[in-house]
Amino acid sequence: MAVSKLASAATSDKSCKILLGMRLLAFSATLSAAIVMGLNKQTKTFVVGKVGNTPINATFTAKFDHTPAFVFFVVANAMVSFHNLLMIALQIFGGKMEFTGSRLLSVAILDMLNVTLISAAANAAAFMAEVGKNGNKHARWEKICDRFATYCDHGAGALMAAFAGVILMLIISATSICRLVQSNKYCSTTASPSVVP
Amino acid sequence: MVKLTQRLGGLVLRFAAFCAALGAVIAMITSRERSSFFVLSLVAKYSDLAAFKYFVIANAIVSVYSFLVLFLPKESLLWKFVVVLDLMVTMLLTSSLSAAVAVAQVGKRGNANAGWLPICGQVPRFCDQITGALIAGLVALVLYVFLLIFSIHHVVDPFLLRKS
Repeated sequence: MAVSKLASAATSDKSCKILLGMRLLAFSATLSAAIVMGLNKQTKTFVVGKVGNTPINATFTAKFDHTPAFVFFVVANAMVSFHNLLMIALQIFGGKMEFTGSRLLSVAILDMLNVTLISAAANAAAFMAEVGKNGNKHARWEKICDRFATYCDHGAGALMAAFAGVILMLIISATSICRLVQSNKYCSTTASPSVVP
Repeated sequence: MVKLTQRLGGLVLRFAAFCAALGAVIAMITSRERSSFFVLSLVAKYSDLAAFKYFVIANAIVSVYSFLVLFLPKESLLWKFVVVLDLMVTMLLTSSLSAAVAVAQVGKRGNANAGWLPICGQVPRFCDQITGALIAGLVALVLYVFLLIFSIHHVVDPFLLRKS
């Protein structure tokens, strides 16, 4: 009974259905990007020299927090997924709270801020990953992806999820701005009858 | 009278953002330094790093867009579309600034774990000019965030105060 009431509350309008679906997708995309990059770690042992006939081994680790851009990436993706979770909860459960127009405005402005946040994080990580993958012969920075292939692959997966999140957040933000001019303002029905059979 | 000050405020913000983005482009394009290192000579240009090229392109797009929107007539119907375009341009600005700052930070501090040495010690004037360009990009970004909130408040009318 509660489930059907929630479902009818969340899908009372066509743009609301689109918004809810997009928010669910964006939440899952950014959360998976944060988790995959946060758990990104690879340890490898290399032979760095020989003393006589015995090789000297050194163990190197590639972790996400060696690079500040990846730390920003994880934090920003976590924040954006939390924002999407809040908005989903507001859309499903917030029907009885009757505010003024400031609720709609704050949703639109928060969506805008989170769009800029996620695009900044995804792009910073993308360019740092490009330097790590191709190196830079002008600055004499060597590439690291030929030695830490698993680390680079996991990072690439997280980046793809984050860019999907960027596109989804852009659509969500544009939809939120467009809904500011519609007459039926809130997504959830405010006067849903609570009949318990 | 209120509408005149609104329109004037929007124009002033947009002109300032245009100047900031243009300044960022010019500062980064003219940053070029040659440093000699025994017999090796290292020339540092902005186009060595892909993130700086993206920064220049993005800020050039933003400055051209701001210049064009400055001349949009007041009663045009395109103002509602300008809100969405402003959002996309803000995304472009923030992504380019963030990428350039991430790469410049590696150039300044290096990355000890990856074995990347900082380059700012050898080309200090190049690094200072890049820093100036990034600050101008940050100013353009902040102005565009204000412009976004301004556009939403005045063009889209969220409190539905105007009867239409």
